[in-house]
Amino acid sequence: MTDLTNLSLVGLVNGIKNKDFSSEEVTKSFIKNAENSDKLNTYITKCFDEALVSAKNFDKKNKPKGLLPGIPIAVKDMFCTKDVKTTAGSKILNNFLPTYESTVTNKLWMEGAFLLGKLNCDEFAMGSSNETSFFGNVTNPFGDKIVPGGSSGGSASALAANLTPATIGTDTGGSIRQPASFTGTVGLKPTYGRCSRWGIVAFASSLDQAGPLTKTVEDCALLLQAMTGYDPKDSTSINIKANNFSSNLTEKVKNIIIGIPKEYRVENMPIEIDKLWKKGIDFLKDAGAVIKDISLPNTMYALPTYYIVAPAEASSNLARYDGVKYGHRSKGSNLIEMYENTRSEGFGDEVKRRILIGTYVLSSGYYDAYYLKAQKVRKLIKEDFDRSFKNVDAILTPSTPSSAFKMGEKKDDPVSMYLNDIFTVPVNLAGLPAISIPSGYDKNNLPLGLQLIGKPFDEQMILNLSLALQKRMNFKRNIKAWWK
Amino acid sequence: MVEVMLENKFDYFIKGETNKWEVIIGLEVHAQVLSKSKLFSSSSTKFGADPNTQVSLVDSALPGMLPVINQFCIEQSIKTGLGLKAKINLHSVFDRKNYFYADLPQGYQISQYKNPIVGEGEVILDMPYGSKKIGIERLHLEQDAGKSIHDMDPENTFVDLNRSGIALMEIVSKPDLRSPEEVNAYVKKLRSIMRYLATCDGNMQEGSLRADVNVSVRKVGDKKYGTRCEIKNVNSIKFMQMAIEHEAKRQVKLLEEGKAVDQETRLFDAKKNITKSMRLKEEAHDYRYFPDPDLLPLKIDESLIDKLKKTLPELPDEKKDRFIKNYNISAYEANILVSEKEISDYYEEVIKHADKKLAANWIMGDLFAVLNRKNISIVNSPISAKNLSILINLISSGEISGRIAKEVFEIMIEKDNNPKEIVVSKGLKQQSDPKELEKIITEILTKNKEKVAQYRNGKEKLYGFFVGQVMKSSGGRANPKLVNEILKSKLKQECSKISR
Amino acid sequence: MSIDKETIKHISKLARISLDDKKVDNLSKDLSSIIKFIEKLNKLNTDNIKPLTSIIDASLSFRKDEILEGKIREQILKNSPEKTEEFFVVPKVVE
Repeated sequence: MTDLTNLSLVGLVNGIKNKDFSSEEVTKSFIKNAENSDKLNTYITKCFDEALVSAKNFDKKNKPKGLLPGIPIAVKDMFCTKDVKTTAGSKILNNFLPTYESTVTNKLWMEGAFLLGKLNCDEFAMGSSNETSFFGNVTNPFGDKIVPGGSSGGSASALAANLTPATIGTDTGGSIRQPASFTGTVGLKPTYGRCSRWGIVAFASSLDQAGPLTKTVEDCALLLQAMTGYDPKDSTSINIKANNFSSNLTEKVKNIIIGIPKEYRVENMPIEIDKLWKKGIDFLKDAGAVIKDISLPNTMYALPTYYIVAPAEASSNLARYDGVKYGHRSKGSNLIEMYENTRSEGFGDEVKRRILIGTYVLSSGYYDAYYLKAQKVRKLIKEDFDRSFKNVDAILTPSTPSSAFKMGEKKDDPVSMYLNDIFTVPVNLAGLPAISIPSGYDKNNLPLGLQLIGKPFDEQMILNLSLALQKRMNFKRNIKAWWK
Repeated sequence: MVEVMLENKFDYFIKGETNKWEVIIGLEVHAQVLSKSKLFSSSSTKFGADPNTQVSLVDSALPGMLPVINQFCIEQSIKTGLGLKAKINLHSVFDRKNYFYADLPQGYQISQYKNPIVGEGEVILDMPYGSKKIGIERLHLEQDAGKSIHDMDPENTFVDLNRSGIALMEIVSKPDLRSPEEVNAYVKKLRSIMRYLATCDGNMQEGSLRADVNVSVRKVGDKKYGTRCEIKNVNSIKFMQMAIEHEAKRQVKLLEEGKAVDQETRLFDAKKNITKSMRLKEEAHDYRYFPDPDLLPLKIDESLIDKLKKTLPELPDEKKDRFIKNYNISAYEANILVSEKEISDYYEEVIKHADKKLAANWIMGDLFAVLNRKNISIVNSPISAKNLSILINLISSGEISGRIAKEVFEIMIEKDNNPKEIVVSKGLKQQSDPKELEKIITEILTKNKEKVAQYRNGKEKLYGFFVGQVMKSSGGRANPKLVNEILKSKLKQECSKISR
Repeated sequence: MSIDKETIKHISKLARISLDDKKVDNLSKDLSSIIKFIEKLNKLNTDNIKPLTSIIDASLSFRKDEILEGKIREQILKNSPEKTEEFFVVPKVVE
């Protein structure tokens, strides 16, 4: 019998529709894998019993409807799931049971899927290695003590290890794309406003977006289609016509113009990455695309800009975690003491660092020099892209400046960790859609990804280009389940 | 129309040991918007509900919750701005004001900082010494906070978030006020305008209208402003006035002693009638304002402003001018009659068929006395405008005297019957037949020959005695005017008889 | 520019996070490193640039004035660490 957990999401959907196998069989297979994988530490909350009940109930129905009929899906623990513990990877929410369901996860359930569990992530989505979670580090299936990337480390790792057929994460500065690159999977961040943020634990409101993490580009298109849509409960949600990403997916990309930004060729970039980038260029040429050199002159200012804007917004978004209405509360002889102890005990070090930086850059006397300045530079970065997109249809870059590193390697200096996001961050600042697809390996046999950036709301374009690349890359994710 | 201020009639100054001081006052009024639901969530705004029953997921700042703005609240702010003759800003921004407090669930208040929805405007006050223009700096929209209840438990505070998220209009005046009386007039005028527009009910007891008061002093003749203190927690006009006076005197005392006034926030203690410093041991607030990334900038179309302009009712100032011009009543009377739209509506209903001057007097005198006594507003008046109108007409036509009318009025308070019926059933119709009156008067004079003689000899006070007797004899129904005419002429006759 | 301990203590008070002296020391190092990093922006002249007001080219959408939510007190209070049947309960503020 085929190992069902090796199938793609599309394969599973078709199999269930054709009654080749049941939802219960699929669910049982993934549960079996997940139950043997505690070493990877990808699950914070397992919903296996409930999932089996849902699977059995599904199988009883005669006409399965929806895009994801009978599919069990584990999601990043940043999505509020009704009556299922939602922690954001933090001690401060370790006991939080939402009485409501996030819009995006609800859309998945409306399409026939059901919850398999909540996946580990960096605390409050702040991190690039899943080493800041209150629930412990996540391991990359590609090697023990290798980071999976972050903040959606649990999602990427679980996906690559076949512990969930597909998953969704959140991306604020690269938190879907970078772990996808580190684990040899596909990760897409939609255009800002494409997916609803209602019910997702907020990190940086003007940057956060939910997105799919999948094994293949076809899977990605399907899951994206299920997730997107206007939500009147989110004032930043865009009322744009729904797109049939999945059925409109094609590898016909002849005469599409691809921009190659020279500023992304950074100092000390590993040769393998440069080679991979060139390989991607060649493959796209082969598919009929036209290659153009472009310049995004303000690229080097993207990371500093991000590390002003994101912490500033986070410092305000995390003010609600005060022990009054929900979550962890510490003792205090008066209100202020209670606040200070609660937040000191409830937040980890990286979160504290970012809240303090965020508070600082907004504070009296510093607002103009930091926050206001950052918003001006952000405008310039966006204008760089707007200008380039007048002449190109998409932009090709590496996803990350390196492959997955060892746990603890970047613990000493927070800034060295931040540099992981150098290629992904500009995309969030400009609100554009971008996808990372697995493209090769480095000399340590760790995966590397290429990133395609599209025009606003042009996810179809980057999916199509990704499909063309996927067909030619022939990337294989050969992982032996050493963690069982 | 603004009359020149008659400077020599304005006389509110603090007389210190060494100098005469002027008091500079600016007000930040917080007015709860009249709307069914809150500013950024769709829970109810109704006053007096059970604790935490008008709280949504968004109001309690649960993880992942997002604000969505109430269109009606925007329109209410624009209408208020138009009522203040203010500039409506087509582009405005919502900012987060960050601070921690138990009744602030988000850890920030959504407010407007540098780009408010309404800009500069003005309010005209009618003071005894003339009209005075008070400048409005701006009006912006913001969320109200919840309530912290400190006195239900010795060690703990109880938090009710019902009020959290209700839309507030913060109206900031320029520092143009100069006395507690002007503050009284200003708050009343603002309240009146908003009640006319139905954008705020102005109910200070229920907390839908609150104010922070900024007070500073300067020597008369100085041009520079002194350091100001902000007084919070004054929830009635009376307390505002008391607080201002106390604070001004406190500042004058400090300055005359050579000390400086610290810029700080103070609380008014109504029991002790003092202001005390709110300065706590910890840091002063740094609100770290920045544009709220969950909300896009607010764009208002000129067409919306035009549409709302057309829906505006006649406002107090315009109505007052019209009343003075068309109804020939005094400015003082007009002021009172337009102070509440309900009063002006009542008045205009009455004068449809009744004398305008009499109506003004009856409403402002007798009716207000009843309303005050019963502590009710004119919308709950025991006497309908229609019936009051009829009563006044009975006086105008001479059917009853003013005195009898008062009697009828008292009866109408208990039961709002048609006064004509009351007059008939109680037989209160005025006796205006000159022949009948002459008969009665002649009878009285005949009965009281000695008193007539005394009157003839100069005891003029007895005139009142004769009138009284006529009234008594007629059961109080004699037409006083006619009585006077006939009695005077009869007495004249008597006098001339003798002198022959 | 580095960030001194007094500043860190001040910010931590604004952010309502208590820090012991050891933490303040560690943070001083980390935060100074981050500040140095973000100050790279000073190299860029942005005098004539207007700041980004929103990433979306749209303006605020409105909601009708209807009462659609509320009366869910149990849900609202459900996750509170300390509560009565009607209220959230917190320690008193020191006046």
